[in-house]
Amino acid sequence: MKTTGKLRGYIYAVTLFFITLSGFGQMPIFKRYYIADIPGLGWLAQFYVTHIIHYIAATVLIALVIYILFDFIFNRSGLNRITGSGYFKIVILTGLIVSGGLMVIKNLSNIHFGHNSIIVLDLVHLSLCMMLLCVSLYTLIRKKRWVN
Amino acid sequence: MTSKISRRAFLKGSITAAGSVAATTGIARAAKSITHETKEPLVTLLDISKCIGCEECVYACQEANTDKYPEPQKPFPKMYPTSKVPVQDWSDKRDVTDRLTPYNWLYIQNASGMVNGEEIELTIPRRCMHCENPPCVKLCPWGAAKQEENGLSRIDSDICLGGSKCKTVCPWDIPERQTGTGIYLDLLPSLAGNGVMYKCDRCYNRLEEGEVPACIEACPEDVQTIGPRSEILKKAHALAKEMNGYIYGEHENGGTNTIYVSPVPFEQLNKSIETGKGKPHLDKVKNLMADGTNFAKAMLIAPIAGLAAAFGKFYLSSKEDNQ
Repeated sequence: MKTTGKLRGYIYAVTLFFITLSGFGQMPIFKRYYIADIPGLGWLAQFYVTHIIHYIAATVLIALVIYILFDFIFNRSGLNRITGSGYFKIVILTGLIVSGGLMVIKNLSNIHFGHNSIIVLDLVHLSLCMMLLCVSLYTLIRKKRWVN
Repeated sequence: MTSKISRRAFLKGSITAAGSVAATTGIARAAKSITHETKEPLVTLLDISKCIGCEECVYACQEANTDKYPEPQKPFPKMYPTSKVPVQDWSDKRDVTDRLTPYNWLYIQNASGMVNGEEIELTIPRRCMHCENPPCVKLCPWGAAKQEENGLSRIDSDICLGGSKCKTVCPWDIPERQTGTGIYLDLLPSLAGNGVMYKCDRCYNRLEEGEVPACIEACPEDVQTIGPRSEILKKAHALAKEMNGYIYGEHENGGTNTIYVSPVPFEQLNKSIETGKGKPHLDKVKNLMADGTNFAKAMLIAPIAGLAAAFGKFYLSSKEDNQ
């Protein structure tokens, strides 16, 4: 059981790393700031590549979140075990998945979202990502867990 | 150079009357019904065999869009790192018409090819193709590039930061940047952004008012036609059949809202045209958004996979408990 928990943690960490990196890669910043010039990181300046990597990482993240959610439900783990920071991260992750899902739909052919809706979605998604990074860093440093 | 100007001046003078007549008659009346009655994307059809290269469309475009052109603030702010952020200034070269610039969203490309053993010269109006699923719009990180329900795509100069991602992802490298203008000046001009990207917006404001784009209205040879997608595609195929010609734009990048019909194969035309900065090619283009669409469909499996894994784990642990 402990091994499953550790594996989940590793998958979450790796997914979070790639989804954040490829997410920031949607902005034209890695080429400007020489990061894409670092050997092995040239792909960060290729927008179609970062786009696909972001989608793949999102697929893994959604599968992991659903797995953990139902694992929690099936095992009747009890909501009171979730810590305050855990709840906070759950809310942020939910917002990221919902806003990201809407953006995926928006990118399909013949789908039209209102201009303002697209701008709001972009800003909400970016803001939630920044919040998740800050909270994750805080919980990592303070060794706060998702559940007690 | 002199002969080119005099040819242009001659053509311009002799066709202005014809153009203005067309503007006030059938085209203008048809526009109202086209722009308001259809739910389909509006597509433009360009019959290349009719184009005489008079550049009336180019000047009409400039005239109709003058108010949208940038008035950059100088001197430009220092942008870092300087080696990676080029200053792109076209404000002193506004009269350039032989390529796309922030001040010239349509230009005439010269091409040649062989038809029945005879070499023919062609002139092709080139501008944004207005893709059906435009990467410039879908991949813009700020929502500055927009697609209207009538199929046109445009860049909102009030929001664009000039990062040029739209140009990088555009299969034809259409958008052009002007430094020293736009919202980036009010944010962190030294560290983020570099102006505003500009391209043909298919005269969205004219379409909203029931008028056709200026280039269509001004053309003395009726090179361009605008209408609902199904209707225009039917016309394009009929025209191609009639002239034993070829179509470009129907399937490029998954389909565009600009359809060219030519008596010469586009492979030949592509070899003959001058391409490069501000001068788009006529090559075949695969659907660049297709991979993203396929991965988006695959994303639907994610919740099912997660649920199945959780249920599998629960089932196995229940079985173990019962034993």
